[in-house]
Amino acid sequence: MNVLYIDLSKYKYEIVNRKDLFEEWIGGVGVGIQLLKEELNPKSDPLSEENVIVFAVGPFTPAYPLASKTVALFKSPLTKNLGESHAGGRTATAIANAGYGAVVIKGKSKKPIYIVIENDKVHFRDSRVLWGIEDSLIVGRIIAEKEEGRGIRTVMRIGGGGEKLVRYACVTTETYRHFGRLGLGAVFGSKNLKALVVVGRSSVLPKDKKGYREIYDKIYKITLESDAMQKYHLIGTAVNILPLNELRSLPTKNLKSTRFEGAEEISGESFAIYNLGRRIACNHCPIACIHIAALRVPYEQEKYFYKTIMISYDYELIYALGSMLGIHSREGLLKLIHRVEVYGLDAMSTGVCLAWATEALEKGLISEEDTVVRLLFGDYEAYLKAVDYLVKQPTEFYKILAQGVEKASEVYGGKDFALAFGGNEMPGYHTGYAAHIGYLIGLRHSHLDSAGYSIDQKVKEVKPKDIVDKLIEEEKWRQVLSSLVVCFFARKVYTPEIIVEAFKPLGVEIDENGLLELGSKIYAEKLKLKRKMGFDVKSLRIPKRILETETLHGKLDKRFIDEALDYYAKLVNEITG
Amino acid sequence: MTKRLVIKDIEKCVGCSLCMYACARKFAKKPEIGIDSSGILAISLSGFERGATVIFCRACIDPPCIQVCPTNALKPKKGGGVVFVENLCIACGNCMEACTIGAIFRRQDGKPAVCIHCGYCANYCPHDVLAFQEVEA
Repeated sequence: MNVLYIDLSKYKYEIVNRKDLFEEWIGGVGVGIQLLKEELNPKSDPLSEENVIVFAVGPFTPAYPLASKTVALFKSPLTKNLGESHAGGRTATAIANAGYGAVVIKGKSKKPIYIVIENDKVHFRDSRVLWGIEDSLIVGRIIAEKEEGRGIRTVMRIGGGGEKLVRYACVTTETYRHFGRLGLGAVFGSKNLKALVVVGRSSVLPKDKKGYREIYDKIYKITLESDAMQKYHLIGTAVNILPLNELRSLPTKNLKSTRFEGAEEISGESFAIYNLGRRIACNHCPIACIHIAALRVPYEQEKYFYKTIMISYDYELIYALGSMLGIHSREGLLKLIHRVEVYGLDAMSTGVCLAWATEALEKGLISEEDTVVRLLFGDYEAYLKAVDYLVKQPTEFYKILAQGVEKASEVYGGKDFALAFGGNEMPGYHTGYAAHIGYLIGLRHSHLDSAGYSIDQKVKEVKPKDIVDKLIEEEKWRQVLSSLVVCFFARKVYTPEIIVEAFKPLGVEIDENGLLELGSKIYAEKLKLKRKMGFDVKSLRIPKRILETETLHGKLDKRFIDEALDYYAKLVNEITG
Repeated sequence: MTKRLVIKDIEKCVGCSLCMYACARKFAKKPEIGIDSSGILAISLSGFERGATVIFCRACIDPPCIQVCPTNALKPKKGGGVVFVENLCIACGNCMEACTIGAIFRRQDGKPAVCIHCGYCANYCPHDVLAFQEVEA
């Protein structure tokens, strides 16, 4: 399996066969961590020339459906620790079809460029003319018109957020999929890298031809005929709004509450009935979970003149830019999601930052001079302006808020209600202990690390130690999934048994225990790297707000979380030696 | 009457490209992982949210691609379309230029990838955009 190394400082590239790494570490996050260990100085400044970006795909891409995720690894400018972000779209299949298992990007271009990887060639294209285009959708269109490879390429790009080094800027791919969390967009921006296009056409033959087609068909059949992915087929992830609201778990108005009076209006059901315009899919995935709202907007000054904008929505966006900001209006929420999309910002971080700013303004920690516009829960017009300001940064306040809520609360106070975990803004589940402990100890500080929200909904009474054990067990397994790399939404399709079966025709013999062991090993490797980057359980901050607002399990007790963290700290020492 | 690959509802295409992967996998003796030999291509209208175009051989009765093939690697198929005899192909690329709708694609080795109307891909179209059905020639 080949790895492509690109050096932006020297405008050079090299293709190296790293069969060694892929044999030992599967692919995806397993291989990516090793490449990062080899290439990155863990102490480096995330926005300096020294930072390194790894994009890695896995052995199931593009052999099987639902395996179309790319893992990006880098040092996060938001948390100053390990950054890991996954995206769908066509990125993974394009990288694999171009002939690579991973792409490593080092250095920094002197002037703005974009890169085109075309099978075994890399082109460095002048991008000075594109620099300054804040709308990531337009950037995508311009490059799509100019470059070859319609239907088989990926166009990963940044908008104004990445250029302005907003620490939670994302990299957008195929318009609606994102390397969303932890600021990869800012790392692109710091390297003067506006976009990365990958296009290729290649094929390989499986070792066992008959077996390959058989297991392919089996996976395809399970996907379509079982209910393993039904949730994602139908209303989509937005289906979670109403049940989480019922369970007192939907963070509302900066988590002052977990019940949102506007939940019905911004529910997945309402979006499906009134706004859903189309569903689209990632490459090589039949599910089509990407829900796109069609929003018809009149031009107020011109009679009978309308535009229809297509806006991708999901649970996390509705939470962060909806309930968290107290927004009832679906139209207002869609406009806000669109604005965030245009600039290429992480919706979750943006929502949490603005929710904090609203409360800080209420409490008088900051003034309207800082925020320029009067932020008020529910007032989407004000938030639309505030999103502009996060990118344009007209005041010192926005320069700081663009560095995340952790930083902003260090400067202005209000830490108690600054909802970040390990420096990363909170996801949309205030379900109980497992969710929050998961955010604290998950290696990405993400709800996707270990799905604590799901544990909270399944168990009634547990001990801190048990929760930590459960979270780690799930996170270890997810290292396998994100090394293959299969979509987490397909985790019920890709059971250990199916994975073992799917490996066989590709010529890889591994049993279920072997997979689990690898999961543990990759987890340990990641944790070690995180420690080298400065991760310390003792310095984790628990925002007081999460203890004040009722969850599904009532109010949370800090002692419980402390006990869990103490236990985890011991485990960290055992695992990392 | 003859069976052909047809589009039933292009507006339902979600851009998953499963047809492309199926096409490359269609030969039991050579099921490729990838898209190199795929004779079908799904493209978006500047994003699949704006709609799709799925490009594949129209099965012409009098195919322009056959007229320009210097080695008879492309032969007429009964009822329309072509049969591709790989061993005769010199990868000149004439067929790709001759195809009026751009439905012949270039493999990495320069030879054409073209739909032979076998219908294999239609089995993997999850949203019934494609169908393999009887048509009037």
